[in-house]
Order: sequence, then structure tokens, then C-alpha cells
Amino acid sequence: MTIQEISEQIVEEFSMFDEWLDKYEYLIETGKQMPAIAEEAKTPDNLIEGCQSRVWLDCRQEDGLLHFTADSDAVITKGIISLLIRVFDGQKPADIVAADLSFLDRIGLKDNLSPTRANGLVAMITKIKAYALAFLQKEENEQ
Amino acid sequence: MDKLVVDFRNRFPALSQQVYGKPLVYFDNAATSQRPDCVIELQERMTAYTCANVHRAVHRLALDATELYQQGREAAAAFIGAPSAGQVIFTSGTTAAINLVASCFTRRFLRKGDRILITEAEHHSNLVPWQFACELYGTELLVAPVTEDGSLDMDAFRKLLERDVKLVAVAHVTNVLGVVNPLHEIIAAAHQAGARVLVDGAQGIVHSRVDVGSLDCDFYAFSGHKIFAPTGIGILYGKRELLEEMPPYMGGGDMVDRVTFEKTTYGPLPLKFEAGTQNIAAAACLAPALKLAAEVQDSATLQDNLETTDRLLADQLSTIEGLHCPSLANPRRKGIFSFCIDGVHPTDAAEIMDKMGVAVRTGFMCAEPLIRKYSEHGMMRASLMPYNTPDEVDIFMEALRRAVKMLR
Repeated sequence: MTIQEISEQIVEEFSMFDEWLDKYEYLIETGKQMPAIAEEAKTPDNLIEGCQSRVWLDCRQEDGLLHFTADSDAVITKGIISLLIRVFDGQKPADIVAADLSFLDRIGLKDNLSPTRANGLVAMITKIKAYALAFLQKEENEQ
Repeated sequence: MDKLVVDFRNRFPALSQQVYGKPLVYFDNAATSQRPDCVIELQERMTAYTCANVHRAVHRLALDATELYQQGREAAAAFIGAPSAGQVIFTSGTTAAINLVASCFTRRFLRKGDRILITEAEHHSNLVPWQFACELYGTELLVAPVTEDGSLDMDAFRKLLERDVKLVAVAHVTNVLGVVNPLHEIIAAAHQAGARVLVDGAQGIVHSRVDVGSLDCDFYAFSGHKIFAPTGIGILYGKRELLEEMPPYMGGGDMVDRVTFEKTTYGPLPLKFEAGTQNIAAAACLAPALKLAAEVQDSATLQDNLETTDRLLADQLSTIEGLHCPSLANPRRKGIFSFCIDGVHPTDAAEIMDKMGVAVRTGFMCAEPLIRKYSEHGMMRASLMPYNTPDEVDIFMEALRRAVKMLR
């Protein structure tokens, strides 16, 4: 599925919940189910600055596609990053760099996050796009 | 619930609002208190009709503003038992008041190698200004430890005092664990060792009657916004002989006596320390805010309500499995609970509780060295005022239990 298609799917899932507590419940469940990052990938380089809780994000490339794993000490943060990973995992670097992330506004996530967590969300997206850009430049250099 | 408690609560419009469609339960009073009708009314009236600068012009508005401003100062002096209003300096808050002392007292009275003694439980505002002072003047910072339940280790404190300490800076009530420090004992010991004492009263001013005369502290600092007044106004009380000797803090208008390009002489206390236009309306609001605060402190009904609410919360918190609140059973704890819960990140829990209408504080609460002793993720803090009620504790506990259940 494309980034756009997965985003639409997430918007649809969130639209089933009226109450914010239920949306949190959903975020927490997805956070808990997220596959664990390898312990050796919890390096200072993979640590995202700007989050109130600690977040590690690792990125590998396989056959031209990017794969992400992550972890956080806060479960809601894990839920948020697992949404981002669901959207970006297995995508091409060029598509990730160009991705439109307005789905985050449409599920109301940005509006309802505390400012420190909203900053954290921006920091996560910045990190994902930075990884994608680095791989994209590497591809272009190799061609 | 007692009608007096209900009537008192009703004086705070913020407390009867709903958030996310749920009644607000405001348990973040140690960060800032809500404002009563009398303070809101005066601040609005001054903003609308008495907007003029103080001490300068002879017109009606300026005279009225000056009068109200001075009433704020006199109310603050009376509230803490200061011998004169001249010893009550307006600052923007406790932080600015401590920075003033860290800058001006240190510059005048401390020499390289002198020691400043603080405690492990200080707010960053009573820690970082002293680090600045040490960097600038070559003084050294000593830190007295607290015991497991958050009490100051008095034996260790006395031992450290012997090491050429010239200034002790200590909280009246600590902001994380809510423990009342034994000020009389601390101040007497410090004076005997030849040290001056600054008391950070940001939390202490709320729950106990302060009398700077009988305390014999050299400085006492507090903020208006923790005790019903607006943000942006604070008080520094100081002993006259020290304030007279200390150099001014900032240069500017209103703090001068005579100015020439060659030399400037400074105004009398408190103006010497009050360069520039102050937060006039907020200063004036200290009068109604502190009048109400005195009534609250004298009201047996409201104090009983606070005690009942505090006890209920203490009992309820102890029923949560894996909850650690270091000062829970400390008899010196007053109105503040900081705790961590096994397997639950405090920020996650607070965010869920917020959606249920409950306001608490989480993180490192401007006391990172202390909190790191207990948890690498920070803690959650619930802090009470006499307007909080046992019914609110029930809502708080329901929200906390739900958050723990969701997160574990």
C-alpha cells in the first residue's frame, strides 16, 4: 500500500472513536504491540532529541526500501511512533521525503497532544525524513 | 460538604468550569493557584480605568495607581510581619527575588572560597542562581542531603555549616515532596555559624503563617501567583542593614536619587532595587489576595477541609499497587504528593487523566537532581489548596486508576 492509502486507513480507524480516551486506548494498544527494537540499536545516534520521554528510532535499507524500528519509555509515545512506522515502513526513500502528513491533523492527534508531546511528534517526523533524505542522496550518488 | 467550603470554592470562577466536557479537578496548585473574584475584579478595574505609571505624574490616574500599588506593598509587609514596607521589594517572582540576592548579596558580602549551602531538595530557582554566583565570585556550593522521606538531614546540615558557610539558601516547604523544613532550627544554627539565611517561600507562604521577625531569617522570597494573586509579581523581604549595604540589581528609572553623566546616587529602599516600570496591577492585587489568604489560614473550617482532603488522598494513594510516594507518611508533609508508579510513565498517565478533567503536574518539577534519585522518568505531583474537596479526590483516584489500568 502507498503512504497515502495507509494514512487514509488510519484516519478511518480513528474516526470510529468519539471519545479521546478511546483514541488513547487504541494508541496504547498499538504501542504495546509494536515489535521491539534491537537493544544494540538504542544508540545515542538513534535517540530523538526534543521528546519529554526518550525515543529511539532505527532505520535500515533493504532492496531499496526503508524499514524502521523504534522504542520509547512512554507507552503513548510508543503508540504515536508506531503509527508513523506503520505509514513509512517498507516505503521508498523518495516517497517518504515527499510524504504529506496531514492525516495527523485529520485524526486530531496534533490538536490534542500536550505541547511537549507535539514537539516530540515533530522531532520524530523530522528524524524519519532525515533518514530517508540521507538514503536518497546515497542512491543518487551511486547512480 | 460545609457551606463555608462551597462558598469559598465558588469565589474561584476557574474551578466551576468543565474541560473536555468533564468537571475540572485542579490538583496543580503548587505550580499556580487559581484566582478569586476579588483579585480578578481589581485587576480588571485597574486595567480598564487605572492604567497609569506610579510615582511619576501628578494626575488623578497616576495618584490612584500609586495608592493601590502601595497598598499591595503594605499588605505584603503585614502578611509576613515585615517591620517596614521599605523592606518589601517587588520582583517578578520568587526566581527574580533569589537571583537578586545571589547577585547583589554575593557581590557585596562574599569572597572567593566562601561557601553557600543549599539542600538537595531545592527548586532549580534556589540552585542555578547560586551556581551563577559561584562562577562569578569564586564561591563554592555545598549541598545538604535529605533522608529517604524527604526530611532535611539535620546532622549532615550542621556538619556542612562548619565549613566556612556564609550563606544558607533553603526552601520553607520543598516543592516536590512538600516537606516543611524546621526553619527556626536551621536559621538559629546558621546564625550561630556566622551564616546569613535566605528562605525560598514559594511553597511555604501558602500553607503556614510566616513571621519574618520571629523566624529571624535574613531574606524571605515568595510569589504572588501561588497565593491567589496574578503571575508576574513576587516579593523579596530582607533585613534593612543588608539591603542598605547591597548594591542595586538593575539600573534604570525610579531607582535613582540624582543622576549626572559622571555619577549617580541611588534612591531609598525599596526603590533602589526596583528599576523600571513594575507589574503595577499585579502588585496592587496582592492586597485582596493576601487578605483572603489570611482569612483562609485563620479559618478552622477551611483548614479542616484541607486536612481531610489531604488525609483521604494519602489513604487512597497507598492502595495503588507499585506506587511510591517518598514523603507520604512524613508528618511534616503539607498538601503536596509526588509519586511514581511501577510500569507507568507519569506523562502518559497525566495525559489520560487530563482527558478526564484532572490537572496534575509531571516531569522533573524544576528539581531534577532530587527527582533522579527516585525515577529516571520524572514523577507525578498532586498538590492541594483549601478549595479542593474530598469529592475531587474520588474523581482524581478514578482517573488515576483508569490511567494505570490502561497503561500497564
